Amino acid sequence: MKTRVKKIIDKYHNDKGFLVPILQDVQKEYNYLNREALNLVSAFLEVPISQLYELGTFYKAFSLKPRGRHEMKLCTGTACHVRGVPLMKDNIERILQIQAGETTPDLEFTFETVNCLGACALGPILVVDGEYHGNLSISKTNRILKKLGKKVKIDEES
Amino acid sequence: MAEMVSLTIDGLKIHAPAGTTILEAATDANIYIPHLCSNEELAPYGACRLCMVEITQGERARLVASCIFEVADGLEVKTNTERVLNVRRLVIELLLARNNKHPALRKIADELGVKETRFPIEQKGCILCGQCVRTCREVVGVSAIGFSGRGITRKVATPFMESPPDCIACGSCVYVCPVQFIPMKEENGVRTIMKYDYPMQKCRKCGQYFAPKKQLEYFSKITNLPLEHFETCVDCR
Amino acid sequence: MKKVKTAQELKSLQEEIKNSRDPEKPCITICAGTGCLTYGSQKLVDNFRSEIEKQNLKGKVEVRASGCHGFCERGPLVVINPQNIFYQRVGLDDAEEIIKETVLNGQIIDRLLYVDPVTQEKILHEDEIPFYKRQMRLVFGMNGNIDPNSLEDYLAIGGYNALIKVLNGMEPEAIIEEIKTAGLRGRGGGGFSMGLKWEATRKAPGLPKYIICNADEGDPGAYMDRSLLEGNPYSILEGMLIGAYAIGSDTGYIYVRNEYPLAVKNITIAVEKARELGILGKDILGSGFDFDVLIVRGGGAFVCGEETALIASIEGRSGEPRAKYVFPSERGLYNKPTNINNVETWANVPLIINKGAEWYRSIGTENSKGTKIFALVGKINNTGLVEVPMGITLREIVYDIGGGIPKGRKFKAVQVGGPSGGCIPESHLDLQVDFDALSKVGSMMGSGGMIVMDDRTCMVDVALYFLKFLEEESCGKCTPCREGVHQMRLILERITEGNGKEEDLKTIEWMGKAIIDGSLCGLGGTAPNPVLSTLRYFRDEYEAHIKEKRCPAGVCKALITYTIDPELCTGCMVCAKICPVEAATGEKKEVHTIDQDKCIKCGACFESCKFDAVKVS
Ligand SMILES: Cc1cc2nc3c(=O)[nH]c(=O)nc-3n(C[C@H](O)[C@H](O)[C@H](O)COP(=O)(O)O)c2cc1C
Ligand code: SF4
Ligand code: FES
Repeated sequence: MKTRVKKIIDKYHNDKGFLVPILQDVQKEYNYLNREALNLVSAFLEVPISQLYELGTFYKAFSLKPRGRHEMKLCTGTACHVRGVPLMKDNIERILQIQAGETTPDLEFTFETVNCLGACALGPILVVDGEYHGNLSISKTNRILKKLGKKVKIDEES
Repeated sequence: MAEMVSLTIDGLKIHAPAGTTILEAATDANIYIPHLCSNEELAPYGACRLCMVEITQGERARLVASCIFEVADGLEVKTNTERVLNVRRLVIELLLARNNKHPALRKIADELGVKETRFPIEQKGCILCGQCVRTCREVVGVSAIGFSGRGITRKVATPFMESPPDCIACGSCVYVCPVQFIPMKEENGVRTIMKYDYPMQKCRKCGQYFAPKKQLEYFSKITNLPLEHFETCVDCR
Repeated sequence: MKKVKTAQELKSLQEEIKNSRDPEKPCITICAGTGCLTYGSQKLVDNFRSEIEKQNLKGKVEVRASGCHGFCERGPLVVINPQNIFYQRVGLDDAEEIIKETVLNGQIIDRLLYVDPVTQEKILHEDEIPFYKRQMRLVFGMNGNIDPNSLEDYLAIGGYNALIKVLNGMEPEAIIEEIKTAGLRGRGGGGFSMGLKWEATRKAPGLPKYIICNADEGDPGAYMDRSLLEGNPYSILEGMLIGAYAIGSDTGYIYVRNEYPLAVKNITIAVEKARELGILGKDILGSGFDFDVLIVRGGGAFVCGEETALIASIEGRSGEPRAKYVFPSERGLYNKPTNINNVETWANVPLIINKGAEWYRSIGTENSKGTKIFALVGKINNTGLVEVPMGITLREIVYDIGGGIPKGRKFKAVQVGGPSGGCIPESHLDLQVDFDALSKVGSMMGSGGMIVMDDRTCMVDVALYFLKFLEEESCGKCTPCREGVHQMRLILERITEGNGKEEDLKTIEWMGKAIIDGSLCGLGGTAPNPVLSTLRYFRDEYEAHIKEKRCPAGVCKALITYTIDPELCTGCMVCAKICPVEAATGEKKEVHTIDQDKCIKCGACFESCKFDAVKVS
């Protein structure tokens, strides 16, 4: 782990000014801000661990807990909101039995809301593992979740 | 000697060295402005927003935080306009929702004629003035504690909400808190801050517990003097 | 690409590229902005490419994946040149047919043409479509003509002419004067004069000086900055180069929102190519001027769009603003003089230098010059990005460009300016849009988000939506914003749940004023706007929630019930199947009913009923 973290830091020339990008890369490498890695960053760059913890909890892009295998991001931008996204949010939360921002205990799903993804014409939008699903409806969320292996009651006709 | 500027605060003509804040200048002139987050030992911060005052510079009147805004020639400051009082009343009501017991807050509320907050009491205790975090960072220099989260979920936090590894148990955060939110006690050679224990050092000469071991180790490290040097209390040294 | 060493060399390279291009050569442009990509346009690009291979047309027909054209509603979009034929809603399998019919035989494929919803006429060319016709696409229009990863494409349309002009003997002061005269105001929200800001940074003591391009675009309903970065990153770099030269800065930062992967990719490629060509780096075009650009990805925090928070973020701290009694132009990044401008603002600079301040001044209103890009979204037929001259009326934007409200519903309000902005009611539809006019009616230019709402939008719910957003995005440093927005949200939530009290509205108004006055930065300083503006124009809706416990728009869950109209129900059983809690039940071909005790008001039945038998009240 030491060499992997060092490599990331070297990429930014040991510059503390790139703390946020460095943490982004660490998160990418380990899927979350793993504690050991944070301690290494703190030691290499001589930044107090409290500052890293602060960054890790301040920015939405960071997660201090392991993330799920599938990443679901629901756009809650204004355009999607007025097109009824809250209903779909409730639906996904009910099926996954977690709140937005959480990961299922089996580490299968991380469900998050994000602000405007900039594809408002297709709203509401759900991004699943990087793939965009536009013109979302409740039944569409059901189908997507079913495809990913969730048991959901589905209306076959729609 | 710093250059002097002249300004008026609530109609009173005042001279103050350039570079001082309105709050400092007012305090020197015996004009009271309530404040909670400012502290002369710390860099200007301006978070609680109790110390807001109305200033006029040229045409425009606006509200500024007196603990940050620096005096300038010809500045007109009013500390008690209706606009100012409304901000203060809102701030104190909001803070009372976090802590409606502490006398320091009740006193300010009384001064503003606020009897009770209209908001639901959440009784979080801490009012997030940030003095503890800033003292630890700016004065002590160890940054053992920080903030976590943002917005309404913001908290004063130790890393990972566990015993802070960099803490030297100096207790500065405890002394500086305006609402005594951080508990500290000493018993049987152990200092406890929040829920974390730190063993104390016995004086090599008089045998009294006098300081946390981690603090002495820290002194030794930053001064490059041997640890033994610090293991005697100041009285016996 | 070979490094160019002088302005002359760059000019010749530009000529060379222009001459090598045959304007008559067929070119298929496929929109590959994020909107169209969502429809699958990458696949379409691949299909065109492989089709060209298959038919041995390589070198004879050009295929270009461009940035966003703005008309996201009708994507995927394809434009065939030189005829400028505009195809919309192109299917992924249409590539073969388009090449065979249109490109090779000049035949128009009728079903892919845009049909004017009013006249029912089919429209052949992009610029004849009402959506585009009323626009003035000075900044955004180039997107369609270039492949964002091709510096050659940018040069071919006259790119870097402004830079050449500047380095060929415009004094920094003269450049600043030109920008000042043009009257360009910041497009990131504040509307401050760009020229004045440059001047202040140039004059401020201290070296080095930094310039920053603010591409954090946090407004949850706006995406023009992203589309510019994705579609035409070189124009932003050109603007920054000119600014850096005028200000005397050698380092620039582009702070990009992390949720914009394509924008990050395209601007990164653009920077690398510009370095290769020698337009970034040391001694640019032999002028002795050094300048380079660093790209920083944001961490996901709306408040980091605020300049001082953005600076804190670049310095590796959490995004906490500081009081701006001393401007960043004096003490900014690492305490050095720093000039921050928004993406769109930077992209306007080359235009002004090329065509002159006088020309620029001729567009717009008294105090707002030039054009503005708006993100027209919500309950509107033509969702998309529109660039219009300042001074155009809201009505023109909503009806002429936007094509009105879907399903012929009634227009209720348009929210302009995102979380800092306000809702504007129908009575102000003839407002001439510019910085000052919007402020006057309690809204704001903000970033240029424009969300259209119809009679099925609840204004209390909208206000609550923005408050929730701001509560989550408040940095938490100062009391009025952190606690005040939170408490205000609780009050609004109570109102939407039917537990509002008569005095709530007065409390909200009082709080709103004090939060605006007392907050440290612009986030708290504008946070109450969405609430205060809806309260100003739609007080009756608030009152209906409080006094009658009724949500007139049928949105607030606690105040509505779903019922089935027995007259309309055909007993198709769709609702019974879809209901997640078995509240909707009934036998086949018989009228269904909803058990109100079980119903969780998810709206699934309402959404799925093909006979409009499910009613909300
Ligand atoms: C809470 C908040 C968020 C902001 N977000 C952005 C943003 O996303 N993009 C932007 O360009 N400006 C944003 N601004 C405005 C910037 O602070 C700043 O005024 C702007 O970048 C200056 O550039 P301009 O003069 O070219 O507009 C925001 C301001 C505030 C208070
Ligand atoms: S107004 Fe809000 S975002 Fe701005 S400093 Fe205060 S708490 Fe932070
Ligand atoms: S004392 Fe000035 S803001 Fe708190």
